[in-house]
Amino acid sequence: MKYGVVGGGPAGLYFALLSRKADPSAEVRVVERNAPDATFGWGVVFSEETLGALRDADFESYTQIQDSFARWSAIDIHYAGALIRSRGHVFTGISRRVLLGILQRRCLEVGVELRFDTELHDLAAFDDCDLVVGADGVNGFVRGLSPETFKPALHVHDTKYAWFGTDLPLDAFTFIFRRNEHGLFQVHAYPFDARTSTFIVECPQDAFRRAGLDQAGEAASIAYCERLFEPELRGHRLLSNRSLWVSFATLRSAAWHHDRVVLLGDAAHTAHFSIGSGTKLAMEDAIALVDSLRRHRDLEAALTDYELERQPVVERFQEAALESAAYFEHVSRYEGFAPIQFAFNLLTRSRRITYVNLSVRDPVLTRSVDAFLADGRRPDREPPLVAVPPLFAPFSIRSAHLVNRVAAAMPATEDGVDGLPATPLAPLSASAAASGAGLVVTEMVAVAAEGRIGAGSPGLYRPEHLYTWKEAVAAVHDSSPARIGLLLGHAGRRGSTRPRHQGIDRPLRQGGWTTLAASAVSYTPRGVAPRAMDGDDFTRIKAAFVTAAEMAVECGFDLLALDAGLGYLLAGFLSPLANRRADVYGGSLENRLRFPLEVAAAVRGAWPSDRPMALRLNAADGTVGGVTLDDAVLMAAAFRERGCDLVHPVLGQTTPDGWSDYGRAFGVPAADRVRNEAHVPALASGNITSADEVNTVVAAGRADLCLLAL
Amino acid sequence: MRVGVGLPTSTANATGELLVEWARRADGGPFNSLGVVDRVAYRNLEPLVALAAAAAVTRRIELLTMVLIGPLRNPTLLAKQLASIEVLAPGRLTVGLGVGARDDDYTVAELDPRRRGARLADQLELLRTVWEAGRVGPRPSSPAGPRILVGGGSGQAFARMARYADGYAHGGGPPRAFASAVSKARAAWTEAGRPGTPLFYGMAYFALGEEAANTGAAYLRHYYAFTGPFAEKVAAANLTSPGSIVDMLRGYEEAGCDQLVLFPTVSELEQLDRLGEVLAGR
Repeated sequence: MKYGVVGGGPAGLYFALLSRKADPSAEVRVVERNAPDATFGWGVVFSEETLGALRDADFESYTQIQDSFARWSAIDIHYAGALIRSRGHVFTGISRRVLLGILQRRCLEVGVELRFDTELHDLAAFDDCDLVVGADGVNGFVRGLSPETFKPALHVHDTKYAWFGTDLPLDAFTFIFRRNEHGLFQVHAYPFDARTSTFIVECPQDAFRRAGLDQAGEAASIAYCERLFEPELRGHRLLSNRSLWVSFATLRSAAWHHDRVVLLGDAAHTAHFSIGSGTKLAMEDAIALVDSLRRHRDLEAALTDYELERQPVVERFQEAALESAAYFEHVSRYEGFAPIQFAFNLLTRSRRITYVNLSVRDPVLTRSVDAFLADGRRPDREPPLVAVPPLFAPFSIRSAHLVNRVAAAMPATEDGVDGLPATPLAPLSASAAASGAGLVVTEMVAVAAEGRIGAGSPGLYRPEHLYTWKEAVAAVHDSSPARIGLLLGHAGRRGSTRPRHQGIDRPLRQGGWTTLAASAVSYTPRGVAPRAMDGDDFTRIKAAFVTAAEMAVECGFDLLALDAGLGYLLAGFLSPLANRRADVYGGSLENRLRFPLEVAAAVRGAWPSDRPMALRLNAADGTVGGVTLDDAVLMAAAFRERGCDLVHPVLGQTTPDGWSDYGRAFGVPAADRVRNEAHVPALASGNITSADEVNTVVAAGRADLCLLAL
Repeated sequence: MRVGVGLPTSTANATGELLVEWARRADGGPFNSLGVVDRVAYRNLEPLVALAAAAAVTRRIELLTMVLIGPLRNPTLLAKQLASIEVLAPGRLTVGLGVGARDDDYTVAELDPRRRGARLADQLELLRTVWEAGRVGPRPSSPAGPRILVGGGSGQAFARMARYADGYAHGGGPPRAFASAVSKARAAWTEAGRPGTPLFYGMAYFALGEEAANTGAAYLRHYYAFTGPFAEKVAAANLTSPGSIVDMLRGYEEAGCDQLVLFPTVSELEQLDRLGEVLAGR
């Protein structure tokens, strides 16, 4: 066999070394455009797991790596004048230059041919090879030879970063967050030998320009960063090695091989530097490819097997890296956090580490978070030995005291007559409370007969309705410490439909009524058009909400939630997809907010000031031209100003073609933005299925409460 | 978990005689359903025609499309065809619907693939309406019509499944990929406010025996050639040993699958018997 390798980085060299070891009769040739000792970047990071794989693959190079690496088990977070140290994260760093030296020597020992200072533009030099390995990095040319097969897709990230070194020897992976007059800057730094550390500085584009770094050369950039991080550098210097400011690009490729050409490492895929896994993934690719070539006689089968093995692994890292990159792009959102919560949020940013994982690695830190959430205790004090986990941290909104962070929804009833359910509600509410949730919320309850979802849906608009809801409230209060909230709404153009077991949004065949909406546009393409609200409809519906709120007081509800979600009446006003009005209630976001805000203000006036008012908010339509999360932040802030104490963002049902991604905890990013940008407590929902997820979300400050779906 | 078997409608050298005999034997074997795949720009038999033939020679087995490319078909006529199969095989039809993955099927059908998602949604709404209204007969044995599954891996597909269907039809892959789809489908279902839980159907390919494995891999490379290099991955995932089938069944069952349908990749009756033996020994 003859192997040609384009690129003498860790991926190419490691493949060459391992393939020659596996088959000493193979001819292996590496062509590198730079000189043997030229390298860019400073140190690279390996986890324990990667080191194990390197040990098994080539013991000699592993031993040499062991002799020259730096090892640490702590992560330091410098933030808001505090230093939080988290322990239990074992990592290894090594100088990229030293690593390449070790791999080059090993390659020569086993008989790999290395050719440096040779720039290729095509594969003519490898015409005699059975397999050509493209290990020429993210800017390499090999991937470009078969774009139809590889289908490379680049996502360029928003922030700017520069990869410096420093002669400051660190003893931990170090994050530094520093705000100056230009903006927020952050550092990702880690040691790679006894004297030197990698020191990456990252900042948003606007800070980058305000600081004049777009005009600054290398020396001026270093001077700026040395000044900015002077307290942490303690007189040490920053070192440059072609340390230019760039934007990171995440590369994904649909396929990694074509005929006799295969891609390795950064040539096939990149993952944002903040999870430090580029070199690790590249070397693991090399191990997998050599193993696969050994297992299969057929080249196509071997390359397919290599892709089948590596692509899912790399995709998981890329997902985590994208989460991590997004965290750093938006980290200013968390600048008001207490240091301990800031640290927990940072450590769990990629979603690969959860509360449970962290409590194994660093139980002191999670206990500190527990204590902080339970009673606001400062982290500089020794945390107590025992504190309840975040899920069980109590939470108060006005006078409503919730014993934990879980909310449970009562099931929908559809057997009522004129708003009065035939099913007794007390057992349903008691059962929801028996789940252990601290907050029970009803299904959507209509403020008027025409506002019901179906003919059997419940309402709170006739005196007869009072009694059944009173019973539901009493059943919760008598059987548990849970609080119960009423979700009050008007179905709008999603009303007058059949029971859900016959399908959703299917118009009633008999006994239907004319529905009301912001505009006379039917919900489904073949559905019945509603009547556009007009004249005294506004006063009448507002009054209906107020009357229902007054009845809710009489029922004894602890919390009242307005429904401006799921495409019902109020949500229909918020979205330009459903609201086509030309008057003061349509058009701009301010106008679209007008009626829902009027309702909120009126209800707030009727609802006791010591009891909390919540809002289920349509936070993203999930279709072209609809409401986005940016709008949701503005909307949530507007409702907060009208006395709304808790927002539950929901996604994608303003129109029947709205959608979400439905992945794990998919609603949390919306709650995170509402909570930390509109500054109103948030209830998260959407595929949250475990206590560990609730603990992680609450401890990280991404939401205050979670609706569990089990 | 129930196990179904695919009809040989697209494999190399599949004959009408083989299809009928395959259906008859499957009906008397340890299989819960007979599945068909759908393509236009390919040599396969039209899936509803194939199911009609199978309906005529079977008594108990479920008839399943996995999946039918809905937007290629006129919705009213499709409603009538499906209701007709229901009359031939009362209560036995399950219709998996999706947008398909191949633009060439739309090209040869002279349809624009760009609006296919919206067309499928509209079709799903219309099917129920047609069956219910009765103007276009025959009436299906159940007033709601046959069970409907929706396939696809995008957020839009899960949303459509939750809005219109009784369950989810997965397009194949390792159990881990199936489990991830189950989690998303359940979340979409809950989010849509549907009572109960969706049905979950999975699919995989098999070829038992060394020679069959090679023929099967060649068929899969041919069938999936439109995906480019992905075809090799599908061919590599073909289940070619009893052990790999048993592992797959276990993995899918743990992931929450209600029915896994194993599609043949070789046009030989012997494959059905071999698969039956594997299932009997499970």
